[in-house]
Amino acid sequence: MEPLAITWFAIIAVLWIGFLVLEGFDLGVGMRMLFATRDERERRVMLNTIGPVWDGNEVWLITAGAGMFAAFPEWYASLFSVLYVPLTVALVGLILRAVSIEWRGKVHTARWRGWWTAGIGLGSLIAAFCIGAMLALTSLGLPIDGNGDRVGGPFVWLGWPAVVGGLAVVGFSLAHSATFLGLKADGPVRERAALFAARWAPLCLVPAAAWALWVQLEHGGNAGSWMLVVLAVVAAGFGWVQARRRREGLAFIGYAAFGLLGVASIFAGMFPRLLPSTVDAAFDLTLANAANSPYTLGVMTVITAISLPVILGYQAWSYWVFRRRVTPGMIPEAHIVLPAILRDRDAAAPAPHG
Amino acid sequence: MEVLDIARWQFGITTVYHFMLVPLTLGLGMTIAIMQSIWVRTGDEKFLRMVKFWGKLYLINFILGVATGLVQEFQFGMAWSEYSRFVGDVFGAPLALEGLLAFFAESTFLGIWIFGWGRLRKSLHLAALWCAVVGSWASAYFIIVANSWMQHPVGVELVDGRPVMTDIWAVLTNSTALAAVTHTLFGALIVAGMFLIGISWYHLWQRRRDGIDTVVPVPPGERRAGLIRRLTDASTRVIVGEAPGVPGRDRADHGVWLWSLRFGAVMAIVAFAGTGLTGDWQAKLMYEQQPMKMASAEAACHTGSSFSILSLGDPGSTDCSDVVTLIEIPGALGFLATGEWGADMPGISDLEPQYQNQYGETIPDDELYGSFAGSEVQYVPPMWVTYWGFRLMIGLGGITAFGALVALWLTRGGTVPRSPWIMRLAILGILAPFAGNIAGWIFTEIGRQPFVVAPNPDPSGIDGVFMFTAAAVSPGVTAGEMLFSVITLTAVYAVLMVVELFLLVKYVRGGVASAMPELAPAHRDGDGGDDDASDDVDGDRDRRDDVLAFAY
Repeated sequence: MEPLAITWFAIIAVLWIGFLVLEGFDLGVGMRMLFATRDERERRVMLNTIGPVWDGNEVWLITAGAGMFAAFPEWYASLFSVLYVPLTVALVGLILRAVSIEWRGKVHTARWRGWWTAGIGLGSLIAAFCIGAMLALTSLGLPIDGNGDRVGGPFVWLGWPAVVGGLAVVGFSLAHSATFLGLKADGPVRERAALFAARWAPLCLVPAAAWALWVQLEHGGNAGSWMLVVLAVVAAGFGWVQARRRREGLAFIGYAAFGLLGVASIFAGMFPRLLPSTVDAAFDLTLANAANSPYTLGVMTVITAISLPVILGYQAWSYWVFRRRVTPGMIPEAHIVLPAILRDRDAAAPAPHG
Repeated sequence: MEVLDIARWQFGITTVYHFMLVPLTLGLGMTIAIMQSIWVRTGDEKFLRMVKFWGKLYLINFILGVATGLVQEFQFGMAWSEYSRFVGDVFGAPLALEGLLAFFAESTFLGIWIFGWGRLRKSLHLAALWCAVVGSWASAYFIIVANSWMQHPVGVELVDGRPVMTDIWAVLTNSTALAAVTHTLFGALIVAGMFLIGISWYHLWQRRRDGIDTVVPVPPGERRAGLIRRLTDASTRVIVGEAPGVPGRDRADHGVWLWSLRFGAVMAIVAFAGTGLTGDWQAKLMYEQQPMKMASAEAACHTGSSFSILSLGDPGSTDCSDVVTLIEIPGALGFLATGEWGADMPGISDLEPQYQNQYGETIPDDELYGSFAGSEVQYVPPMWVTYWGFRLMIGLGGITAFGALVALWLTRGGTVPRSPWIMRLAILGILAPFAGNIAGWIFTEIGRQPFVVAPNPDPSGIDGVFMFTAAAVSPGVTAGEMLFSVITLTAVYAVLMVVELFLLVKYVRGGVASAMPELAPAHRDGDGGDDDASDDVDGDRDRRDDVLAFAY
């Protein structure tokens, strides 16, 4: 097998791990906006823990998609056309989340904020579920023919793998974001997140563990991938113990390592398949039949090898710059925007404290 | 409707929409980076205010560009899987490079810039903005490299009927891409220029209307001598005032708008000249690389060298017998295409048989082409679109530059005229370069039809690399799915555009204070009140230094 194709399989695994581990807490914080508090200031504390970084984290997803196109176009073309409907829904979720984060604080009425809070929460939930479902389906198989096109209707993918994968990413994001908020927030948000990380997070990680296990059983696994599964479960257990001891940093590392090792075990378990066909194993998309030419893969490998460490460097720096916990006291007062026009101001000014 | 038609409408709608947001991001980002650089160098508060105000509008717009860009990244695979498979060896690379080399930097550093006020050294904070802006320009470059490969495939050889990349450098330095990216970036600067003019005009006009700024005649004795100065110097002078009741409506505020307006006007004029030069370069390349597109842009049916000013015919026609040319400039077209006055440019009636000869009269009878297999190929793009798209682009660009010139002259006295109609025109003018950009893209994409990857006409070593659009669509996706996505996305996009416009209008009307809460005493309830008293209201806060300068 072409070593460059293996390299690119690994790079794409790294890009998806980057997305799930970094954007995982952004999506989880987004979902928690729906239920974790009723207090506006606490919601803003939560939102501002991810404020400076969420957009940069989302680029991992974009680059993972583009990387699939650049290295395995057959995979990119088949997976996304077969999963046309869930990907459309995922994109709408991501669009909704992005504009909601940015626009929520731009108008100060309860109704406006309520709409965009729902946009952040539901957008995050929808995106996490659909992306999880899609990843589970590419690891466990889809009905594709010899050209990589779908056999069956638009909803033929709907089944247990999609549900387990969807719940896996939703659950992981919730658990991961609880330890993230434990590190990045202060006040009631931090307390509640710590409680969640100790009490509910282990339950949230069950679907992800089930998915990882399913991939091993489905494809037979190998020593390496089984080892990663075991390590992932150990990391989750470690995170849980630390969360119960209120060691916030270690708990975060434990759950994050579970995400990293779990996704790694799934990619290792799939190897060398990219998208197995449930119709006929002869139609499987694999490293051998879906990879680009060695020239393209070689050029892209060189550029990735140089740029990825730089990206990790400046993203790490951004976390360093914003390393302080966000406390309720750091949240500025809502700024009411009034027209700067003399004769319009009386009409637009709200009633005092109304 | 066929799956192909729906997929094309979807690509058209989502891409045009995305490109309503992107030019403002590209142009305004550069503008704000320049303003912040001046602020860091001079410490002049006026420039800080500009950065904050224009930066707020920039971010409201930026996010919608990011959000809709996600669709662009994935829809090749979703709706155009055959295209993705055919071009995958070469087309995916620039997209991945965009992510790795441009988009990561843009998004990460923009986050640092937004939240970094007061946390980073001024110079470092400025550097973060420059990284974000350079990232966005680099992103435009990589996307245009990808698009230009569809207009002019280079750096590949055909292996088993599929283009395989042999030279990434040739792909990255594709002449079509270099011409198109410079053209697009100049176009984006025109957008930003008119945005600055329109909004600044509005505020200068409101200041006059509110009686804050007044205009007095310059006594004849103080006027400068000389013919040129007599013409360019204003006969009036502005007395800048302030409105103590309105946060931010002070003397510095006048400078914010006047400087922004003039900077925008100069930028729009210079950038228009830039689009002219790069557009000329593009026309010459198009004449070599896509002669049919050039001919259909001119509705030039017969080989000749006249540039059409007005041609009429049946809209949507792809048939030359309907076209009647009313006004034309003899010789000009040949000059535009080759640099030689009067040189002949091939017309449609000569090109069509050539194309039929080279690429076949019918679409191959292959099951890949679905219901299009064996059908006749229409090599002439819809001339109504290409002809008017081309003219709309140039015309709107010209009107814009003229408008910017007029704006400079009308504001030579230090403020804008009182006329509400000129103010409205200035605001309406914001839309002109947006429309021009869109017209240009529609022209170049429709003009490429019936190909999704256009063939190189001359034997160039890269021959036979082309793909019909009809063959590119996903075979496995149903019309129902495509309709679902196009309706969903269009509806979501429409609602978001309404919200974006609402927010932009709200923050524009708020003036600088809308982006600088520090200009307004906290907890105003209409009657002002002094700053010390309002500080007490914040007694429940931690130390004031801890409060985030920006927070969602």
